[in-house]
Amino acid sequence: MKLQVIVTLKKDVLDPQGSAIKSSLSNMGFKNIESLRQGKTFEIIIKEKDEKVALSKAKEMCEKLLANLTIEDYSVKAIKE
Amino acid sequence: MKASVIVFPGSNCDRDVKISLEKFSIKTEMVWHADTKLPKSDLVVLPGGFSYGDYLRCGSIASKSRIMKEVITHSKKGGLVMGICNGFQILVESQLLPGVLIRNINLKFICKNVTVKVTNNKTNFTSKTNRNSVLEIPIAHNEGNYFASKDLIDELEDNNQIVLQYCDATGNITEQCNPNGSIKNIAGIINKKGNVFGLMPHPERASDEILGGMDGSLIFKSLK
Repeated sequence: MKLQVIVTLKKDVLDPQGSAIKSSLSNMGFKNIESLRQGKTFEIIIKEKDEKVALSKAKEMCEKLLANLTIEDYSVKAIKE
Repeated sequence: MKASVIVFPGSNCDRDVKISLEKFSIKTEMVWHADTKLPKSDLVVLPGGFSYGDYLRCGSIASKSRIMKEVITHSKKGGLVMGICNGFQILVESQLLPGVLIRNINLKFICKNVTVKVTNNKTNFTSKTNRNSVLEIPIAHNEGNYFASKDLIDELEDNNQIVLQYCDATGNITEQCNPNGSIKNIAGIINKKGNVFGLMPHPERASDEILGGMDGSLIFKSLK
């Protein structure tokens, strides 16, 4: 089963990289961007047929390593191929 | 006193730290990250560098390495732990210290001498310094911007856990002398129990006149 994990910075955490990307886009002519936040995605292929079990494993991975819960939020979903 | 310096793949200040510790008569052993046993030590040092190439988040993968279980046990028993630069990042990732270190606010790798004020000299790591004295020690990092919730910062202040703060040459803590955007100009903190210390400046790079300064040696002299 293929899973997608998205890790993003929490709302109140500064994102200097996101700000730099936003201002670069704005210099390129993309003027209407109100906000831009950078995050990470992980594609995980796991040997597991039960979607519920797979998702709970992915959550555990986020809590233990993939995300730092002090500054980051995460979401997990299964990807149908 | 005996110390262990943990060597992770990508550590690059490990030998400098060993030289500094030994200069101040602390017997030092190097310990590989994959080892499962920590030699008998009073102090464990997590050195600077780029453990695991800074993949995922700085220090995150090193914080899960085998030896870290031993380091955590050592700290829970009251043993001293000092994390310098990447070592500090490993300490926050392993939750031995609160908060996180995020990307410098100007997005630049900063490598220069800075001045830091010793806000708390009543620790096992700063006892040979004077309170509010100013030390000149180099920094070299890309992710040294200390961040924590307001509640946590209040707690750190109430418990005197802020040990070093970026300041100007005369000790004023201002925004202009904050190199990386750290809340409250934080350069180093200690845990509540007082046995785990993390700092972004590199005292081992200011422990010999030939390197341009001796201020960092006060940290090594304080260790007890």
